[in-house]
Amino acid sequence: MSHLLFQLSLAAYLAAAAVYTVFFIRQKKTLHTVARVIFCVAAGLHTVNIAARYVEAEHTPITSIHEIISFFAWSLACCYLSFRWRYAVKNFGSFAVLLITILMLAATAAPQAILPLPPELRTWLLPVHASISIVAYAFLSLAAIGGLMYLIQERQLKQKHFGFFYHRLPSLEALDNLNQHCIGIGFLLMTLGMSIGTVWAFQLGGHRGLGWHTKIISAMITWLLYAGLMHHRFVQGWRGRRAALLTVLAFAAVLLTFWLLLMKGVADYGA
Amino acid sequence: MARESIILLGVNHKKTPLAIREKLALTGGYEEPLNQLRQLRGLKEYYLLSTCNRVEVLFASEEPEQMRAEVLNLLFAGRVSQEQLESCVYTHSGSEAVRHLFTVAASLDSMIVGEAQILGQLKEAYRHASELKTSGLILNRLLHKAFSAAKRVRTETRIGASAVSISYAAVELGKKIFGSLEGKRVMLIGAGEMAELAAEHLVGQGIAEVVVVNRTLERAVNLAARFKGRAAGLDELVAQLAEADIIISSTGATGLVLHKQDVASVMPRRRNRPLFLIDIAVPRDLDPEINTLDNVYLYDIDDLNNVVEMNREQRDKEAVKARHIVEEETFKFMRWLEAMEVTPTIVELQTLAESICRNQLEKTLPRINGLGEKERQSIERMAAAIANKLLHHPLRYLKAEHECVDRQERISVVRSLFCLSGESCSNSLPDQSDDAS
Repeated sequence: MSHLLFQLSLAAYLAAAAVYTVFFIRQKKTLHTVARVIFCVAAGLHTVNIAARYVEAEHTPITSIHEIISFFAWSLACCYLSFRWRYAVKNFGSFAVLLITILMLAATAAPQAILPLPPELRTWLLPVHASISIVAYAFLSLAAIGGLMYLIQERQLKQKHFGFFYHRLPSLEALDNLNQHCIGIGFLLMTLGMSIGTVWAFQLGGHRGLGWHTKIISAMITWLLYAGLMHHRFVQGWRGRRAALLTVLAFAAVLLTFWLLLMKGVADYGA
Repeated sequence: MARESIILLGVNHKKTPLAIREKLALTGGYEEPLNQLRQLRGLKEYYLLSTCNRVEVLFASEEPEQMRAEVLNLLFAGRVSQEQLESCVYTHSGSEAVRHLFTVAASLDSMIVGEAQILGQLKEAYRHASELKTSGLILNRLLHKAFSAAKRVRTETRIGASAVSISYAAVELGKKIFGSLEGKRVMLIGAGEMAELAAEHLVGQGIAEVVVVNRTLERAVNLAARFKGRAAGLDELVAQLAEADIIISSTGATGLVLHKQDVASVMPRRRNRPLFLIDIAVPRDLDPEINTLDNVYLYDIDDLNNVVEMNREQRDKEAVKARHIVEEETFKFMRWLEAMEVTPTIVELQTLAESICRNQLEKTLPRINGLGEKERQSIERMAAAIANKLLHHPLRYLKAEHECVDRQERISVVRSLFCLSGESCSNSLPDQSDDAS
């Protein structure tokens, strides 16, 4: 059941990404409406898919690679929808939906079987830690997309070359606001997720404490990068190109952490 | 039945200099002239449009030539000489008038093609006409079609997206940097005419404050007064930089007025809020190196001209598309109008047929004995069917698109054949008493 729902939502995301791409090129209003409706349907199906998988697996489905990536994509969709009602950032959807679709395709590539959860992972802290962290990463990804758009648009304005992207990308101000909003929420959630993770690690390992897994080191570095960005932004008034550039770089660290997590797997601690 | 024509007459910025236009402009609002036009009995429907670039009158009348002269006389008599008036007023009738109205609504006839203001002005003008009930069936539909044609042009082409003057280009760039210009502060360096023009347009975008910095403080004060802004001397320039968001420089100075390090030094105090500098002076006032600073965007006159040129090309392409839409909408409206012309005749024909049927049935049916309700209905149906079959070809003749016979002529042929009201023959049917008994 959940498998079928996953396939359906993947198909809907693919369709949404296709329509969004055409909309980005042609800039026709009706296409935008169509794309948005398809995207909302896709996100709805995806939500039902995750709920169904929760029922089937009898635990929160954030344990296998497939589940984590799928949950990541779902969080992105929700985060995007959560603020698209408040901020109208022109053509942001085209980029966000593209990233979501790529993640969904990656999730398809991973084995989709439901695995029984090892006993040491059966704690309520795991789903809380994992879901909060992933939602944080979703916000940070959106910030990175915004940062990338900022860098493109800024380059056009600086070099006075007004090409394809100039007309289609929003104003620098809108992108900078988006960056601030997403980094603010993302950083807060990441801190919360990491704290819960620490508590959980102590519970698991007892006297061993956190240990120095590469994943943990990488997560620390990521956190420090964002902390630095936040500090510079709010204390020294960093904004614009530098903030955007650092956002994109910090996101590379997020990806690295994420990749390490997926490679080593959550069961790492159990060993 | 005389044909009602749609006539549009007016003056616009293309043919008429401002000096005459301002004399013809209806500065006192629409109500008075609209009420004045009510005296002209020959006007069936009419409306007026007066903006800074045009004054136009649109009316429907059965005697267009005479009405044209009377309308001109009533509205503009005494304002300019007769010869002047005749030489600048353009007159369009029928489909040409419709096309012109649609072109105006779509902002293809504007001084700055694609600007959105005209549609609002048109709606305002129409609101007055409809409130005073001077527009009727034809004009109501015509104006609504003009609005929807303009909307189609706006949504289906990108004609409104491009800026084609330097100040528009500056506003467009400013919007890409700041999102909205509302609440932003503008600083003018130099109090020349160019600065004034550029600032005028910016102020229309909801700018919070204008600061004028000039070598001679007196001129700065004068210009600042125009925008209800502040004035400052050239020595305060760097101090003022920290507050401004948009800077327009147009001094006659031979050297640079603002150097890179001046701007760099205020950026921390600005907390890196973006700064948009426009240098329209020749030789340049602002150090080109300023553009290399983060969050600072410097455009000189050539850069702006490039934007304008690029937009002009883009706009010309879009205007072709827009004209197609206008053509299409004009064609659709004219079709509707022509159909409107035959409608009364069709209705009259049908009423005629119905009344003949009814008369004959009323006479005949009582004379037939032993008719049941069913038979009675069959006879009635047969009578109606005969009438309809007889009318079938005349109606088709009216409605069809004949290339060789003019619609007016077809209408009058049908009307005289059937002796419809207004034709010169006795309206009574031949020999009502001699019925088929």
